[in-house]
Amino acid sequence: MSKEIYRRAPADAHPPNLSPEYKSTVSRAPRQPAIVLPHTLSEITGPLLATERLDALENDLTQQRSGEPLGERIVVHGRVLDQDGKPVPKAIVEIWQCNAAGRYHHPGDQHDAPLDPNFYGGGRVRADEDGRYQFITIKPGAYPWKNHHNAWRPAHIHFSLFGPAFATRLITQMYFPNDPLLGFDPIYNSVPEGARHRLQSSFDMEATRPEWALAYKFDIVLRGRNATPMEG
Amino acid sequence: MSHGLTPSQTIGPFYFGTVTKVYHQQLAPPGVAGERIELALTVHDADGAIVPDSLIEIWQANSHGRYNHPEDRRNLPLDAGFEGYGRVSVDTQGCARFSSVKPGRVPWPEGGLQAPHVNISVFARGLLNRVATRLYFDGDPANAEDPVLKLVDPARRATLLARKDDKGVWRLPIHLGGPKETVFFDC
Repeated sequence: MSKEIYRRAPADAHPPNLSPEYKSTVSRAPRQPAIVLPHTLSEITGPLLATERLDALENDLTQQRSGEPLGERIVVHGRVLDQDGKPVPKAIVEIWQCNAAGRYHHPGDQHDAPLDPNFYGGGRVRADEDGRYQFITIKPGAYPWKNHHNAWRPAHIHFSLFGPAFATRLITQMYFPNDPLLGFDPIYNSVPEGARHRLQSSFDMEATRPEWALAYKFDIVLRGRNATPMEG
Repeated sequence: MSHGLTPSQTIGPFYFGTVTKVYHQQLAPPGVAGERIELALTVHDADGAIVPDSLIEIWQANSHGRYNHPEDRRNLPLDAGFEGYGRVSVDTQGCARFSSVKPGRVPWPEGGLQAPHVNISVFARGLLNRVATRLYFDGDPANAEDPVLKLVDPARRATLLARKDDKGVWRLPIHLGGPKETVFFDC
């Protein structure tokens, strides 16, 4: 009887809320099963931020201060797609990350690594009609955290996307290929094994810019619609 | 060909910059129709402690029950300046405040109407997935016939009901776990 406009995620697509190796899930993960909601207007609509004005340079994290940040300049690009491979047009993509030394421009980050006065670490862009987006940034560093003895986060960039509906909201993290820390990271490893690779960007030789920057490609796949919605 | 979903990851403790740039605390500028409401949402962990790094987003219809979105094609008024989206991180007391108008009723797919509600997303360190819930207004007569509330065990329905305090602010504590765990939805 329920309308199913957007496809339900398979059980092995996302991490379970409770993932004890990532310690702070223990006191914060809901334990009761989520109640499955039929898709009503409340779920299939959502903020499009259509009137949000973005500056042209918001997707270039190397141009937000008076000088150039330290670190390895990189291009991060890709497409926002749905499960059918169709582009999600005009989606706002927000990112944030630490600097090349592994320190966030955030008062809560007390890691003993230098702040870079020329790197803030936040950016956003509106994807084009084909779902394409691009950022210029520097490669983030690894950093220690207090989850367990000698715990280090692999280099990562946080991504936030709305997609077309409340039901498609996603916050995730992009990792770099072949990072030796991935195997030791409880946040990356919270994702079921068969799906983890989807969080790794790929090195993209074609998109590198000679004499200037290496490039990584990261396509993001949001929930798609059911082909033939069931009528009640 | 089906493409695999990009898995969710935690927002972590250090979100900032452009995430905080689009904070929308005031959803309804002057002139927007409807009953003015103030919301105060707090986030608590399984032990009842506040979750000081949490981020809350809300999404709601306008006072006519119309969503500002192309999927809502009903012939109801849209209000200039009202998108229906809010985003705030909690303060040091674990509280996120929004000013808005009370949403109107929106339809249920099998007929009838839902009670006025605000859709809520919560993000925090330690939450690997966005958790979604709803805020209903305690005492609204429409709650008795709301089809979503009817899906919820009666003993847990109160976790979705905001109560008006003596200053007229609608308060809803969101408990991520513990004996008072809020009802969350797979939407």
